[in-house]
Amino acid sequence: MKFTLSWLKDHLETDASLGEITDALTALGLEVEGVHDPAKDLAAFTVGYVVEAKKHPNADKLSLCIVDTGTEKVQVVCGAPNARTGMKGVFAPAGTYIPGTGLDLKKGVIRGEESNGMLCSEREMGLSDEHQGIIELPEDAPVGAPFAKIMGLDDPVIEIGITPNRGDCLGVRGIARDLAAAGIGTLKDFATAEPVPPAFESPIQWRREFPKGQDDACPMVVGRYFRNLTNGPSPAWMQHRLLAIGLRPISALVDITNYVTFDLGRPLHVFDAAKLEGGTLTMRFAKTGETILALDGKEYELEEGMTCIADARGVHGIAGVMGGEVTGCTAETTEMFLEVALFDPIRTAATGRRLGIESDARYRFERTVDPESALWGAEVAAHLVLDICGGEASDLSIAGEMPDTAREVTLRADRVKTLGGVDLPVKAQRQILEALGFATKESKGAIVATTPSWRPDITIEPCLVEEVLRVKGFDAIPAVPLERESDLPEQILTLGQRRESFARRVLAGRGLLEAVTWSFMAEDQAALFGGVPAQLHLENPISADLAVMRPSILANLVAAAARNTDRGYPDLGLFEVGPAWRDDTPEGEDIVAAGLRAGNSGPRHWAAASRAVDAFDAKADALAVLAACGAPVDNLQVTRDAPDWYHPGRSGTLRLGPNVLARFGEIHPRVLRAMGMKGPAAGFEIFLHHIPQPRAKGGKTRALLRPSPFQPVGRDFAFVVDAEVPAEALIRAARGADKTLISEVSLFDVYEGEGVAEGKKSVAVAITLQPREKTLTDEEIERVSAAVIAAVEKQTGGVLRA
Amino acid sequence: MSDLEALRGRIVEATAAATSPDMLEIVRVEALGKKGTVTGLLKELGRIPAEERRERGQAINALKEEVSAAIDARKAELEAAALDARLAAESVDVTLPARPQPDGRLHPISQTMDEIVAIFGEMGFAIAEGPDIEDDFHNFTALNIPPEHPARQMHDTFYLRAKDVGNRMVLRTHTSPVQIRAMQALIKGDGPDGLPLRIIAPGRTYRCDSDMTHTPMFHQVEGLIVDRTTHMGHLKGCLIDFCRAYFEVPDVPVRFRPSHFPFTEPSAEVDIGCSREGGELRIGDGDDWLEILGCGMVHPNVLAACGIDRDIYQGFAFGMGIERIAMLKYGIPDLRTFFDADLRWLKHYGFVPLEVPTLIRGLTP
Repeated sequence: MKFTLSWLKDHLETDASLGEITDALTALGLEVEGVHDPAKDLAAFTVGYVVEAKKHPNADKLSLCIVDTGTEKVQVVCGAPNARTGMKGVFAPAGTYIPGTGLDLKKGVIRGEESNGMLCSEREMGLSDEHQGIIELPEDAPVGAPFAKIMGLDDPVIEIGITPNRGDCLGVRGIARDLAAAGIGTLKDFATAEPVPPAFESPIQWRREFPKGQDDACPMVVGRYFRNLTNGPSPAWMQHRLLAIGLRPISALVDITNYVTFDLGRPLHVFDAAKLEGGTLTMRFAKTGETILALDGKEYELEEGMTCIADARGVHGIAGVMGGEVTGCTAETTEMFLEVALFDPIRTAATGRRLGIESDARYRFERTVDPESALWGAEVAAHLVLDICGGEASDLSIAGEMPDTAREVTLRADRVKTLGGVDLPVKAQRQILEALGFATKESKGAIVATTPSWRPDITIEPCLVEEVLRVKGFDAIPAVPLERESDLPEQILTLGQRRESFARRVLAGRGLLEAVTWSFMAEDQAALFGGVPAQLHLENPISADLAVMRPSILANLVAAAARNTDRGYPDLGLFEVGPAWRDDTPEGEDIVAAGLRAGNSGPRHWAAASRAVDAFDAKADALAVLAACGAPVDNLQVTRDAPDWYHPGRSGTLRLGPNVLARFGEIHPRVLRAMGMKGPAAGFEIFLHHIPQPRAKGGKTRALLRPSPFQPVGRDFAFVVDAEVPAEALIRAARGADKTLISEVSLFDVYEGEGVAEGKKSVAVAITLQPREKTLTDEEIERVSAAVIAAVEKQTGGVLRA
Repeated sequence: MSDLEALRGRIVEATAAATSPDMLEIVRVEALGKKGTVTGLLKELGRIPAEERRERGQAINALKEEVSAAIDARKAELEAAALDARLAAESVDVTLPARPQPDGRLHPISQTMDEIVAIFGEMGFAIAEGPDIEDDFHNFTALNIPPEHPARQMHDTFYLRAKDVGNRMVLRTHTSPVQIRAMQALIKGDGPDGLPLRIIAPGRTYRCDSDMTHTPMFHQVEGLIVDRTTHMGHLKGCLIDFCRAYFEVPDVPVRFRPSHFPFTEPSAEVDIGCSREGGELRIGDGDDWLEILGCGMVHPNVLAACGIDRDIYQGFAFGMGIERIAMLKYGIPDLRTFFDADLRWLKHYGFVPLEVPTLIRGLTP
């Protein structure tokens, strides 16, 4: 919402400065978004007197002017045909920024003659497209005076943001009322609403035709007929104001509708009455297929249920949204029919949205227009029309009734204190409400406030608390520190939340960079990662790239790796902890920690060989997170059933029975190729909420450490097993051979090739025996060795390598 | 005894002449080995007349000790020299780069969330969560946003494909539905068991909007207090404390402006002071303001929608954009870069993972 300072002062008697006014507006909740003072932009332009204008000695179309600027006389070369001795024009000295050209004016020599400034046209001033000649100022314009002041352009334009509940401030008068309540001056009387005596009976009458019970689509409409009008340009003061707020003046009648819309928040419509057919205008619902050529020059097809205005011939207006072009007023209009209506905000909004029309009328009607304005709007408009266009006004044609929107809302005396935190006497509270237009009385220690017709947003007690506080100013609320219930802060993170945090910090600690990527992705890419059900498709995606909810974070990480590779950074490690979806229920949202390593394990380095990333990088990352989150990593089973976006032979699942905690592996080359990656890349996905809850028993006490006084003994074994035997099985077999003595089994070599039969592999393990009672004898060590060999043979078919 | 003197002289000479441990070992064996010269003299003692034996014995033993000490000393000398030589030969170019270490980073959104949690945690707020895919009731209706409310359009909602007519799920347009879920979770049997309630709810939010300053996904943190006595003074106290702690500017001016949200009444927007001198934004005292969050007293309709007695309970709620306050605090210029996973950006703006933000240790490393 834009308005100018002088416009505001039409409604508000005040000595307050611009700064005081803008501060008060923001404090009232009418947030100032900008103040534009055109006088500042035009400060360099002054009234110049052309002491002498003579022909340029070296150019036919140029003249040489001596301009009195008020402080000195300077020579200016001018190309305008109307430059002449004795005229007053707009002078800009060298160095001035010229809005119309976007350039700084330079001192120069034109065809051998010095030019120290410029006499400006309207186009050069950025005021219009007029460039036939330079601006001619009145003879009495004082030489050297600022041009902006002479032209009435020294009127600051204030732009404020209006929240959707404050339809009443979509007119300057409503803003003035709020300011007056806050002590910035007094609201002037609303004199322009005095009834205009009718000169004749309106030849057009309103009718409402709605299905039973739906005439709230247009509760009331008022009309008035005008004749013998002259629809020329509107007066300069009106044009200046409309221009200042960014509206283009069109003709007096049209300008009046725009002016009243912004002055009083009262949208109007004017029909060229000569173009209407029959003596009746009807408010009704459109029938599907009816069309209208609207004032924006576009044809709209209406739908059943949209409110429209029609005569015997057809539809001439979309109610509350836009009028029709065919019956619009033109310079030739002499008879006009005025529409001052009330429309249902919800239907107006829906119609505007369906048709895609934004208009100043729609903006106001969908935020609710003061119902009483249906009547006074017809008077205000009549005054302006008669003043500007002459002619006569008819009586009022009225259909429907003005709805009584007044409500009583009670404000208990202590609520401003107990809800708002400000101790304010009841008298002061009442004063504020009265200044805002509420009628108040006291009853049983409470204020009973009757809402004014322009405040449909006030419905409950807290609304009144807000009104009082807002006018008083939120600065007046003393800040009270929030007291905690307990002396010390309590633990507030749940186990799940802590696990997310652990996962992040562990993975970042392992050298991965945390990414945050979109929750949505392209459908074809999602298909590579298991696809999504129909319910996870967005109905209105931003783009096809972001059309479905991601079934896997890994997909986005692969895409990110591809982008980084394209930028020249192919070696990377990324992770993300966030949601992935199976369906649209709360339970279908998994919290997943996913990571991806791509390219080489690190940069080439003189002391550390770099290698391609592989499944074991991903496995290590996954196990590290699981361990940090308290998963029983020693008991996890590794199975070879990762989903098919992983390499089928180089991937696995980490599970506890049927419960899948994580999966890891190299990304399937086909998937990589489809996503624009060469590879290699290895990733993992950990389902954090699948990690078992820790057992509650035992508290924080740890089991007692009992270090053995006896040295551990190590023995190495190499077994030849079938190539398909999982290493895990061999380790498990060895570990189980003597659970008391064997403390660790580590696998240190796997070999296939020469010396080992086809289809077999050699697996070497180091076994650590930790005696607890006494030092082991050779016999005891032999016995355990034999048990290991037997167990491995029994469980895996492996034999000790010769 | 001059034979001993002569022997001593020879051995000492040989010892000094030994230039390696091996040569010295030969000297030692020749003198003190089983068949060594000194050892031989000792063996011969038995054949010496008893009256001379004692004196001779003492002299030979003295010689033995002297020689032994000389050899040990020479040995230490040679070893030291050998070590020096080895070390000299082993020297490396210490300007070579060290072996690469893992150097991961946390995303600024995670860091900012942790900072927010650290501050509100001190004030006794717990963390609540809710799903990103919401139903209409939690995202709108319960928050006093009826179907025809213009706010539903303002919110640029993403809709999911409807399973059945009239049951379209949405991507939550704000974290406010978590308020509703947190309050509903309290209602057991006849009335609210868990009040008073203090929660914050950080999370992903979505709006169908994409330009220089909007991304279709972003993060918010929601806050909610419900009890019998919390009023706007507490709201101001809480959020002023938060702003000063978070931005780590103890005197940053904080301004509350009346505003409008369907789910709060009264409603306010909060600005912090800043200056923009020379094009550089500085949080703190200045002549300009930056909007950072919206807040207000919980609308009675919202309490009622959750089954809480609106005549007894009241409280406040607030919501703010996490990217926005991260950008302001850390001077990150472009919102869209948050979600691009450009590793140069992640390394540059990311945070080391070792320090968890707390107020007592300091929020920012």
